[in-house]
Amino acid sequence: MSGRGLGQVERLLEGLAAGDRTAISEALNLVDDRRSEQRQAALELLDGLATRPLPHAPYRVGITGAPGAGKSSLLNALVEKLRASDAGIGIIAVDPSSQRSGGALLGDRMRLSGGARESGVFLRSMAARDRLGGLADATQAGAAVLSSVFEWVFIETVGIGQSECEVAQLVDTLVFVAQPGAGDTLQFMKAGILELPDIFVVNKADTGPAAERTRGELESTLGLTASPEPGDWRPPVLLASAQDRQGIDTLLDALAEHRDQGLKSGRLEARRQSGEQAFAVDSLARRYGEYGLERIGGAQAVAQRLAAPGPRSIFAVVLELGREIERAVKPG
Amino acid sequence: MSNNLKLEQADRPWMIRTYSGHSSAQASNALYRSNLASGQTGLSVAFDLPTQTGYDSDHALARGEVGKVGVPICHIDDMATLFDQIPLDRMNTSMTINATAAWLLALYTAAAERQGVSPDQLQGTTQNDIIKEYLSRGTYVFPPEASIRMTSDVVAYTVAEIPKWNPINICSYHLQEAGATPVQEIAFAMANAVAVLDAVRARDDVPEETLGRVFGRISFFLNAGIRFVEETCKCRAMTALWSELGRERYGIDDARMLRFRYGVQVNSLGLSEAQPENNIVRIALEALGVTLSRDARTRSLQLPAWNEALGLPRPWDQQLSLRTQQILAYETDLLEYPDLFEGSHVVEALTEELLSDARGELQKVLEMGGAVSAVENAYMKQALVESHTLRIQAIERGEQSVVGVNRFEETADSPLTADGDASILKVDDSAEREQVERLLAFRSARNDGDASAALQGVEDCLKNGDNIMPASIRAAQAGVTTGEWADTLRRVFGEYRAPTGVGSARGTLASEGTEAVRTRVDALSETLGRRPKILVGKPGLDGHSNGAEQIAVKARDVGMEVVYDGIRLTPEEIVQSARDEGVHVVGLSILSGSHSVLVRDVLERLTKEGLGDVPVIVGGIIPDDDAAALRAAGVARIYTPKDFDLTRIMGDLVDIVGEAAQ
Repeated sequence: MSGRGLGQVERLLEGLAAGDRTAISEALNLVDDRRSEQRQAALELLDGLATRPLPHAPYRVGITGAPGAGKSSLLNALVEKLRASDAGIGIIAVDPSSQRSGGALLGDRMRLSGGARESGVFLRSMAARDRLGGLADATQAGAAVLSSVFEWVFIETVGIGQSECEVAQLVDTLVFVAQPGAGDTLQFMKAGILELPDIFVVNKADTGPAAERTRGELESTLGLTASPEPGDWRPPVLLASAQDRQGIDTLLDALAEHRDQGLKSGRLEARRQSGEQAFAVDSLARRYGEYGLERIGGAQAVAQRLAAPGPRSIFAVVLELGREIERAVKPG
Repeated sequence: MSNNLKLEQADRPWMIRTYSGHSSAQASNALYRSNLASGQTGLSVAFDLPTQTGYDSDHALARGEVGKVGVPICHIDDMATLFDQIPLDRMNTSMTINATAAWLLALYTAAAERQGVSPDQLQGTTQNDIIKEYLSRGTYVFPPEASIRMTSDVVAYTVAEIPKWNPINICSYHLQEAGATPVQEIAFAMANAVAVLDAVRARDDVPEETLGRVFGRISFFLNAGIRFVEETCKCRAMTALWSELGRERYGIDDARMLRFRYGVQVNSLGLSEAQPENNIVRIALEALGVTLSRDARTRSLQLPAWNEALGLPRPWDQQLSLRTQQILAYETDLLEYPDLFEGSHVVEALTEELLSDARGELQKVLEMGGAVSAVENAYMKQALVESHTLRIQAIERGEQSVVGVNRFEETADSPLTADGDASILKVDDSAEREQVERLLAFRSARNDGDASAALQGVEDCLKNGDNIMPASIRAAQAGVTTGEWADTLRRVFGEYRAPTGVGSARGTLASEGTEAVRTRVDALSETLGRRPKILVGKPGLDGHSNGAEQIAVKARDVGMEVVYDGIRLTPEEIVQSARDEGVHVVGLSILSGSHSVLVRDVLERLTKEGLGDVPVIVGGIIPDDDAAALRAAGVARIYTPKDFDLTRIMGDLVDIVGEAAQ
């Protein structure tokens, strides 16, 4: 809460480099802050993070699925496994906001079990605010903050269509959690989201035949929609039971495989870049509106400048574009 | 007055009890013996929260809770002391125990044996109703399936070995405390009973022909609110629905087995902190509601104390509750007549209406897979949170009158509360230390080899699917402690966190007050740069989460972002969450009386984490002296049951967060 103004960004950068939890929390508050001065500082912070070498290679995983599919308990089981190898883990959990009041109830989920909580996993919940079914404004920036400290960053969202598209843009791997027998498959197809996830997990495999059936349905539907080129990633459909801790290793293996393949093929890098660009355009458009973007040549031109290769981070470019817009908008 | 209207012989009174226990087995034993001497006819044991949730008195989570809301029982010696000089072959003992019911019954059986009393002579009740713990009371430990298995173990065991025992007391009491309407109270309690009965019926070791006896041993524990006409009809409706279930679902035709047997504790939810003497009258009227109708009269009655909303009652306060029952039973002519309502159009129609609505609601729960499913998918919990929200709102808006609270508030000074905190009972802080000392002495005196062998026996039977009771009784005899027994179960079954039900609960209706606060929250969001974020935390073992839930829902409805992780968190977890989540204010809710220890712990840890500038507010049953001390320690605001106006509390929050942001 304290220490705004000069030196704040430097102080936070230092704190984040040291893995200080209070600094992580403060940085997350900063990137969530809508005030003009703080937005500026947030971009500076993100630029600072983007341009310094990290001691680790962060990996971002999105977990999505319908309410009640058991996303949180599956994540809980994953975290338990990962903690056994001392991996640093940060989590962002996004919950919807009330459309009427703008308020939100966060954390009404089966939360991390005592063991996982004690082990020092960092968990921040965020409200999706005015973005219906989407992510919180600060999710992308928050993920960047957590990635600078932790090797594993999970982003958990309630899947109701829109959020799959958004979360797919900012993670390296998107896991879709389905529950058996909920007749979900048809809904997935309708929502047109089956193309997005990289890994499907049918949770609650302890239900036996129902889980197998859902897995079969998913597999055949995927077979119809996806016609992979040779060498393309073919999303696996896995069975797991968070409750019985079954299938967790298989899921971790699939995550590792998807990551490795993405690194080798260059897909991961391309995906990260396009995600950052989408974030940058979006952040400018939210702040200055279409009118503002038009002052400097329109959304198309802005996107091109963001995509142009250069030594600076995309956040620095956003800062610069913002200043240009402000100069163009304000007379004198 | 014609005498031929009267019963040939007046009825015997219901069993007169007082829910009690505190500090230590020895102190509680003295209290029980004095209560029995003054005409109480049965015992109702209150256990402290560590005992209820399976922790020994020296466990970290037990800190500040030992002996607070009941008696700590860690081992067989504690149990033996509790019933010292009380002959268990002649006593009827009701034990409010749920997650650890099998264990406390094992200790009771073992303690009885020390008195030379065999199991088949024992009479009494284990509450043993886990479903309502998930929904309201919060002293669950294990996942639903494992819990129901143990419940049915206790049922199967007692039907064979302790035939006069009521193995389960299905509680609709706590559902009403959590906000249930009469229809919900009836339907959810029946759904709960069906879950247990179905589980018992499915067992191999319970032959089909004993199902009638099982059904006949299931008793209920009801609430009685101030709308006593409706409550009378509720009891009649439950009586009818229960025998309907017995006949239709379980094929039982023995009228004696089909009888709806229930005990009552009258409502605490409606007791007021303002003008607390008014509660004396409320309690008496509520007692009428469950005794007036002979055909649906309670078998046993417990009345709360008039000053329950202020703190723990003193012996005199409990005596007044006892006398209230005795006046009703022995002074009035209530027990001399047959049912007063036979042929009453009003009562019959109201009963029929409740019955038909409750049937519909029960069917709904059964269709979603029964009570266990409706716990896991949060259907019942959410329905209760919503009903409670509506109730609070009706009081806030003055649509529901509470005399002395939102009507007729003017009052002369009450001589009853003139002494301040002397008008409630203070548990001596030395109680916890002495209990821990006794526990350590017990552990070092016992034969560890015997104890661990007995524990292994418990673990084996959990894994083999054998009935848990015989192994638990052996463990009790071998000196195993409450914490050790429960830890073994935790290891095998895992621990459960129930859905909080607040996430998708429909909130309050728009009102002028709410709109005004919402506008202020929006303005505050501009100042802060983001929406005000509040952490609602329940530290300690107390599971009464209704207050915390209502604050959470209301805060969302005025536009705040609310982090609520449910019950039973350590101060450490709360502070970690406050830091990770970047909240602007922390709200703590504690009703067990352990507020002083737990709140200070949270404050100290916040300061240590560099979060000393995050304001903390506290809600609970907090006596004035304690409140003053907590304010001095840095608590921004303290709310007690008299602060029913949630909108005003939200306004305070805006002030507090605004000031802290300056």
